[in-house]
Amino acid sequence: MATARLLGASIKRREDPRFITGKGNYTDDLKLAGLTHAVFVRSPHANAKIRKIDTAKASKAPGVVAIFTGKDMTGVNSLPCGWLLPELKIPPHMPLASDAVHYVGDPVAIVIAESQSAASDAAEMVVVDWEVLPSVTNTEKAAAKGSQQIHEVAPTNEAFKWQIGDAAATEAAFKAAPVVVKKRIVNQRLVANAMEPRACVARYDDSTGDWTLWVTSQNPHVHRLLMTAFVLGIPEHKVRVIAPDVGGGFGSKIFLYNEETVCTWATKQIKRPIRWTSSRREAFQTDAHGRDHVTDAEVALSKDGKFLGLRVKTTANLGAYLSTFAPAVPTYLYATLLNGVYEWPAIHAEVTGVFTNTTPVDAYRGAGRPEACYLLERMVDAAAAALKMDPADIRKKNFIPKFSDGYQTKVALSYDSGNYLGAFDKLLGMLDYKKFRADQAAARAQGRLMGIGFSTYIEACSIAPSKVVGSLGAQAGLWESGKVQVHPTGKVSVFTGSHSHGQGHETTMAQIVADSLGIPMDDIEIVHGDTGRVPFGMGTYGSRSASVGGTAIVMSLDKIKEKGKKIAAHLLEANPKDMEYVNGQFVVKGSPQKAVPFAAVALTAYVPHNYPEGVEPGLEETSFYDPSNFCFPFGAHACVVEVDPDTGHVKILRYLAVDDVGNVINPMIVDGMVHGGIAQGVAQALWEEAVYDNASGQLVSGSMMDYTLPKADMLPFYETDRTETPTLVNPLGVKGAGETGTIASTPAVVNAVVDALSGLGVDHIDAMPLTPERVWKTAQAAKSRK
Amino acid sequence: MKKTVSMTINGAPQSHEVEPRLLLVHYIREQAGLTGTHVGCDTSQCGACTVHLNGMAVKSCTLLAVQCEGAQVLTIEGLAKDGKLHPIQDAFWEKHGLQCGFCTPGMILSAHQMLQRNPRPTEAQIRHDLEGNLCRCTGYHNIVKAIQYAAEKMAGK
Repeated sequence: MATARLLGASIKRREDPRFITGKGNYTDDLKLAGLTHAVFVRSPHANAKIRKIDTAKASKAPGVVAIFTGKDMTGVNSLPCGWLLPELKIPPHMPLASDAVHYVGDPVAIVIAESQSAASDAAEMVVVDWEVLPSVTNTEKAAAKGSQQIHEVAPTNEAFKWQIGDAAATEAAFKAAPVVVKKRIVNQRLVANAMEPRACVARYDDSTGDWTLWVTSQNPHVHRLLMTAFVLGIPEHKVRVIAPDVGGGFGSKIFLYNEETVCTWATKQIKRPIRWTSSRREAFQTDAHGRDHVTDAEVALSKDGKFLGLRVKTTANLGAYLSTFAPAVPTYLYATLLNGVYEWPAIHAEVTGVFTNTTPVDAYRGAGRPEACYLLERMVDAAAAALKMDPADIRKKNFIPKFSDGYQTKVALSYDSGNYLGAFDKLLGMLDYKKFRADQAAARAQGRLMGIGFSTYIEACSIAPSKVVGSLGAQAGLWESGKVQVHPTGKVSVFTGSHSHGQGHETTMAQIVADSLGIPMDDIEIVHGDTGRVPFGMGTYGSRSASVGGTAIVMSLDKIKEKGKKIAAHLLEANPKDMEYVNGQFVVKGSPQKAVPFAAVALTAYVPHNYPEGVEPGLEETSFYDPSNFCFPFGAHACVVEVDPDTGHVKILRYLAVDDVGNVINPMIVDGMVHGGIAQGVAQALWEEAVYDNASGQLVSGSMMDYTLPKADMLPFYETDRTETPTLVNPLGVKGAGETGTIASTPAVVNAVVDALSGLGVDHIDAMPLTPERVWKTAQAAKSRK
Repeated sequence: MKKTVSMTINGAPQSHEVEPRLLLVHYIREQAGLTGTHVGCDTSQCGACTVHLNGMAVKSCTLLAVQCEGAQVLTIEGLAKDGKLHPIQDAFWEKHGLQCGFCTPGMILSAHQMLQRNPRPTEAQIRHDLEGNLCRCTGYHNIVKAIQYAAEKMAGK
């Protein structure tokens, strides 16, 4: 009986019935006997010393169970930074600040009460005597002379200086180049805004000395390891961390935060469970932010548009403290991608990380790679404009030719496989590019401003080869585990260390298993997000779940089948070497009638009366997969816009994407991730920005009323297609799809707007978002120059 | 001082002593124990808390529970009848109109009201009418497709 391949099928998601009926199980939904409610007292100042915290009045407020400050948390350490760079300055980051605060939202006390409202009321009664200090929030001013010093360990507010590439070769390339294009590029600060705010429930069991922490985490094992080993000093095995249904992450739920750490500590003090759920206002102030780079970039070119060199100087704002993976984002996840999909004789990049009195900055969807792609694609278009070349032509002239067995870049990485022209040509076909340019000229003649922008991108995902990242400063391995437990009835439980917070693991992973074992998906359970059930795991980020987590499962499936062959061969009195596994049966090669079904082998493994010598009972395998390289999805996106010359309003007319994420397990799910990624990247180009008031250090776009998240009527349907160039790095041939849309879309939109304004003499806009005001002012300035 | 409030949620009578400042959404989640209605913001932007109050889609974070005395409330838990999904629920599943699922209950209840008012909306009308509901995962593409699909299915009945 032939079974249809499940890999590559758009199977409806198995997790959806609970979500569409209101039965999702998110952290804040949890009800526990004796539950208490926590509210954090936070700094209203960007930079201040704490003279005194007076909790006396608040402690007597109705319903208050306990109030703790940093001084109560003796023996507790700083929240760790998990990625070290040479000479990195690491300031202490205590779960509750005792002596000084460094950003608006920095927590100083936890108020625990019988109800949420009682905790909120009492929190307002906590009196903090602040000595307010000057602050600095601006990325470029942070390290300037005269700026307020934030941490003792960093006298100039510089956390690190780091470089990559060949400085001398790049200098020589620029000296000899006939054309140099130089631009300033600002990649503004963003807030992830997963729809579910962060939350935790911490419970200490006094009878066993065990903790359970339910937390909105993309990586519960990492949360547990960092919290127990580095901060609280409690045995790792005494803490079970559960990340139940999680309502989106986009990076912001990777990191170990103050709140879950404090609640885990405090539950033991009060011997009652504690729940904390972030308000959206707190989320804006305390979820790690993303991006925030200011860059001077230069491209050296030949007169006919061949790239000769790229030189980049970036200042990256890290915020007030080093969040969990902060130093990696503007270095190894950013500058290593500056090669893009092009051939470069020389590249050099310098990055300075600075502390400011702002919310810590860490990975946000794409993490470093969107910043690299934006810079490169903006510079490519600026270079084309300088030479009066078509932006499609300059790309084609510089693409790395098609390859399938590796390409060494000038910035450390070695790409797996690629066909960049193939994806771009497919995009141009979808677009009918020649016709567009004719339409654009006709529109211009009528005074209408239409524009098109391209983005031909690459990203490094499937994070990551442990040995490589270890040599680059990572303090963790980045492999993944996959355990396959076959029950006596032939039903299968699969335990993955990756975590789904919208990605659809319960479907995609089950497709991998069902396809491999030839059994129905209904017979397969996917377990994730629980350190009490999953052996270990590094979690989900960096588009790694299918490529790294999926591969670990495939390895265990292979072991299951190998063991099954021995058992089946024994039952059939055949040689294990003659066995093969076909459509859910162990079969003697060439004798299809000699077969044992999967479930029969499973039962035999648990009832081993008639069993091969030297084979252990049971049918359960665990594998740990460490990839040999990153995977490198790529593709080509285009955006068509019309700019209203009177208002500066940008309307997206079409958005097209051709992505190559390698083999595709579930096209429907991949398309969905691409759509969502595009929306986030478009929103960076046009609407979103975390704005700090420099004088006060306040986050002024700190609510959904002030920070423009995209709505349905601001976005079009996306026209998506694919090329499929499998990676050779993993046996599934999958590369990763979670971040491509975000990485590619921002420059496509900005390039389109610049193209629309090009008739006015505009060749660059240095800052985003392209609000009507910014676009209008750019157009007016260009007109007045003419 | 606490006040007693009584209302009907998904056909079941509810009566509790509550603080007058308690929002309807917290009443639904904490007192009635129906956690399908979500809280995604604190400024009435996100729409994750959308329920039907006396037949009208409202954001349950904009009302006090005590304002809802005697009201008929429908939450996401009450939409499927006799174990059969409502066509809009089915459409969101069929068209992959959700990823993390957090905005989904509010989206579905907004869409339900939208199709009651306008059974055959255009794409532009759907997008306009979703103004009060935010989704961070889908880029809205498949949400709009799901509502179009649901409209077709419901009109065909």
